[in-house]
Amino acid sequence: MIELNKENFDAEVLQASGLVLVDFWSEKCEPCMALMPEVVKLAEKNAGRAKFCKLDTAGNKRLAISQKVLGMPTVVFYKDGEKVFTFGPAEIDADGIDAVQAKLDELA
Amino acid sequence: MSVVYDILIVGGGPGGMTAGIYGSRARLQTAILEKGKPGGQAATTTEMENYPGFFRETTGPGVMGEFEAHAKQFGTVFLKGNVTGVAFEGEIKSVTTSSGETYQGRTVVLAPGAEPRMLGVPGEGKLRGKGVSYCATCDADFFEELDVIVVGSGDSAIEEALYLTKFAESVTVIVIHDEGILDCNKRSSEKAFANPKLKWVWNSVLEEIQGEEMVEAVVTKNIRTGEQTTREVNGVFVFIGMQPKTEFLKGKVALDPWGYIPTTERMETNIPGVYAVGDARAKYLRQVVTAAADGAVAAFAAEKFLEGHVEGRLTREDIQKLTEGSK
Repeated sequence: MIELNKENFDAEVLQASGLVLVDFWSEKCEPCMALMPEVVKLAEKNAGRAKFCKLDTAGNKRLAISQKVLGMPTVVFYKDGEKVFTFGPAEIDADGIDAVQAKLDELA
Repeated sequence: MSVVYDILIVGGGPGGMTAGIYGSRARLQTAILEKGKPGGQAATTTEMENYPGFFRETTGPGVMGEFEAHAKQFGTVFLKGNVTGVAFEGEIKSVTTSSGETYQGRTVVLAPGAEPRMLGVPGEGKLRGKGVSYCATCDADFFEELDVIVVGSGDSAIEEALYLTKFAESVTVIVIHDEGILDCNKRSSEKAFANPKLKWVWNSVLEEIQGEEMVEAVVTKNIRTGEQTTREVNGVFVFIGMQPKTEFLKGKVALDPWGYIPTTERMETNIPGVYAVGDARAKYLRQVVTAAADGAVAAFAAEKFLEGHVEGRLTREDIQKLTEGSK
């Protein structure tokens, strides 16, 4: 997975063509730490179908807020630089990674 | 799946993991099904200073990591899965996960835990993850130099409010009670009243959360005067108690009118061989230490059940009484 930060976010996500998944996380966020291995697995299983990225919000707080992310874990799909779907903490808690996979199948 | 576990545990919080420790140590094939990282709610709070023996700089995730290592050391199997269905009819019980997998057990320990209760006010659902939060450790970072409010005055509310003061510019606590009255423990209230970064709004409830793409303001109402006040804030942290995560058990196991699982002193539910522990159980005090105690009792009871001693079970009449009032 690509590690995003202030420097590469625009190029890797907003100016990228095709489908991009971004996992917003931080070390202090336990549900994020629980989700991360599953996102990694999902990225491996679906290699080539989308670009898989993660953004550590520690140190990139303003960037996360600019993407309207103020709660974690959050997984966002971008298509051709446009935000097309957001899984917030509530959706992740209720449906987990399966819902993310289903959305990927729909968008890819 | 052809494996039939002796004890199949649904949920990997402190209750489930203690059942795992006791079950495995009794040389029973014991597995825990957990959808996320083991530790339950205890793993989402850093402040934890009331689990006996752990008081030197310990955290929720730290203590839960020890529980996990302890269970694994005795051979508890940790399985990943979000249980959405159960079948308790036969002698062999089975549970199914959201990804369609089925697991079987001769006995089942239900440890699904609880989740934060929502306020149920306009704007709350729409703005969750956009300034409305139920997890301070997850989201506190975002509110550095910003203004947040906390709703509630129990242990979680006050302890998380104190945690938030390390990040936010101001933390205002909305309390339904008269001035000076909090529902939390004395030690936390003393700490809270001594903290200059905490502000208090008494006799009040939250009526609405406003904002388009992010939280911009809240409306509070003074329950004495009926007066409404709009307050500009960036974050709303809600800690008004919990609700049991027992939706998937409706119609399968007897629940009380609030969704909690009534049990005997031996953690037996109304279904022979099915036990319930932790925060989802109908009980007086919900803490890591009581969840752990439940887990020990349930695993011991399950061991005796597997040996054929099944006395002390709830009768149909007992359950009828316990569930009276539910639809």
